Amino acid sequence: MTDAAELKRRTAELLAAHPPATTDRLDFLRARFDAGLAWVHYPEGLGGLGAPRSLQVVVDTELEAAGAPDNDPRRIGIGLGMAAPTILKYGTEEQKQRYLRPLWTGEEVWCQLFSEPGAGSDLAALGTRAVREGDGWVVNGQKVWTSSAHNARWAILIARTDPDVPKHAGITYFLCDMTDPGVEVRPLRQITGEAEFNEVFLTDVRIPDSHRLGEVGDGWRVAQTTLNNERVAIGGMRLPREGGMIGPVAKTWRERPDLRTHDLHQRLLKLWVDAEVARLTGERLRQQLVAGQPGPEGAGMKLAFARLNQEISGLEVELRGEEGLLYDDWTMRRPELVDFTGRDAGYRYLRSKGNSIEGGTSEVLLNIVAERVLGLPSEPRTDKDVAWKDLAR
Amino acid sequence: MTKAPDLLYSEEEEALRSAVRDLLADHCDAPGVIARAESDAPHDLAAWKALADGMGLAGLLVPESRGGQGATHREVAVVMEELGRAVAPVPYLTSAVIATEALLACGADDLLAELASGRRIGALAVAQNVAAGRAYQVVRHEGGALHGELTAIADAAVADVLLVPADDGGLYAVDADSATITGQVSLDLTRPVAKIVLDGAPGRLLGDAEPAVRRALRSAAGLLASEQLGLAEWALTETVRYLKERKQFNRPVGGFQALKHRLAQLWLEVVNLRAAARNAADALATGVDVEVAVAVAQAYAASVAVHAAEEALQLHAGIGMTWEHPIHLYLKRAKADSIAYGTAGAHREALAELVDLRAP
Repeated sequence: MTDAAELKRRTAELLAAHPPATTDRLDFLRARFDAGLAWVHYPEGLGGLGAPRSLQVVVDTELEAAGAPDNDPRRIGIGLGMAAPTILKYGTEEQKQRYLRPLWTGEEVWCQLFSEPGAGSDLAALGTRAVREGDGWVVNGQKVWTSSAHNARWAILIARTDPDVPKHAGITYFLCDMTDPGVEVRPLRQITGEAEFNEVFLTDVRIPDSHRLGEVGDGWRVAQTTLNNERVAIGGMRLPREGGMIGPVAKTWRERPDLRTHDLHQRLLKLWVDAEVARLTGERLRQQLVAGQPGPEGAGMKLAFARLNQEISGLEVELRGEEGLLYDDWTMRRPELVDFTGRDAGYRYLRSKGNSIEGGTSEVLLNIVAERVLGLPSEPRTDKDVAWKDLAR
Repeated sequence: MTKAPDLLYSEEEEALRSAVRDLLADHCDAPGVIARAESDAPHDLAAWKALADGMGLAGLLVPESRGGQGATHREVAVVMEELGRAVAPVPYLTSAVIATEALLACGADDLLAELASGRRIGALAVAQNVAAGRAYQVVRHEGGALHGELTAIADAAVADVLLVPADDGGLYAVDADSATITGQVSLDLTRPVAKIVLDGAPGRLLGDAEPAVRRALRSAAGLLASEQLGLAEWALTETVRYLKERKQFNRPVGGFQALKHRLAQLWLEVVNLRAAARNAADALATGVDVEVAVAVAQAYAASVAVHAAEEALQLHAGIGMTWEHPIHLYLKRAKADSIAYGTAGAHREALAELVDLRAP
């Protein structure tokens, strides 16, 4: 068993062999991966040491103190958080060896081709078709809300391979080469003025069968690994008091007595309490994970933060009075990261509207809590035994 | 960043929880509590004896050297959760927390040991709606005796000794026998309030009232959040259970999305309240960040407990309106709790000062 002391020893070895000050960033990251210190809970040979996930913090802390470069995890979140665990679970040995190292170092950016204009909350109804041709597949369809598609080298893709069976049964999971000439990426401009996301049009895209992940027709089950990891990736970080969106509002309140009204004061205090309680809930969840007692509480964190972000930023726009009538910049831009703090209240207000839609709408998440946590029955289903091609659309 | 508060339950705390839950399952079943609520003796002194005498829980906050168990607010909070879950009509919060904290502040060790052992029940004679740091009613101290009338004193009907603040700034111990204590018809059937009349009652000076009352009420507010958590959890669990069973339109009512979403929202609130209540209990135990932690917990808890009880009633529908079903006991307790030891609004006002978000 690899324990904290062993990890410290290995980290010191890595730092001695590749001093961050004199080592190229990419060389360092590759060396770190090869030393098994990239994600310690992954298997040996794939960037890890088969150690408990909770010990990652030991490595990260040592490396940060030594001024080592990191892999800029926020920029490659989809690869790290969604593609990697799915490849690890369902990939062949060859696929794991080929993809995980450049994914982790950030040399190859990944995106996710799941949502479609006609398949949002009902993702399993997706209509992008993959048809067998020779030793590969030909894919046609349209995907949407794809962040990083314009930077991505690879995509995780789910497509319909059998329209004659019920929707969950006819889906297959692929790894799609984003440099294929049939892949067209168009920016999707959103209400903030910028375009974080893309529409992706797939026209006769050719995917070799060796790029299939899991069995033909088993794509829905494979995708559950991806989607479950999406929700795990949210939360888990320790926030200080006023560390979230309440921070800028509280600061403005303290600095600008001229803006204060009694109504705003009551609402601010209430939201301040809600934000502090949500922070404590996140902290409690983190403590549960560290103690090895993960609870169902994580399912609620996204719901709570979506509502809070929206209400707090809404209050912030009102608080600003005359300035609330202005907006910092409507220019169409392509940000790499969502930056809530670098922009004005108006941006926060508009962008946070997406928090209750992206990664599962709040309505769907409430169903998930009701059914999986509380054990309440699901609504009667009319689509379970119907072939995909016969579904209402 | 300072060390994070411990928001989990230890194994010992979980063991304590199951012991208390077992005991309450034997003593405080719902029909019994409802029947008792209308009798001359709404308090369940047999359950109290089993908790205090049998399990030694009345002395959790008292050091071993002073006749107690030497535990902390964290363990008391677990007991409070279970008492809330059962709306148990026992003077635990009032005697083992509030009166005990007041005596700890005064250093009255003989009385403290009696309360810790459960041999006597104490009650702080301050109206239940008063928040720490706010003004409270006092009696007249004249010629070595106490004169006056105090109302809305929780659990005073079963108290053996009253801790009474007087106009000279002192806190006095008064034997219940030398006071006239009359139960008031109370909203909360399981923690009724009473009126105390002192007509020249002899009192023994314990110490300064102000710091003792402040300490007692702050602790009460912080630990009340755990009672509210237990109460809300009962309401949620019981409603989920019922809606899985209850069928209308040829399906379980709990399968309708409109109801599922309401229950999921309630679950979120309960999850949040657990973090806030654990944070307050841990802060009271460690003495770190106490005022903010207690104010946050109380600013949040009341609405959750009341919402849970109200949802339980609405989603049980007709049966929830009956005297026979225990929901009303929880609703009445939750609503009374929302006033007890300061409303959510009073705690938000306190926060405005504590975290520097001042009024216009």
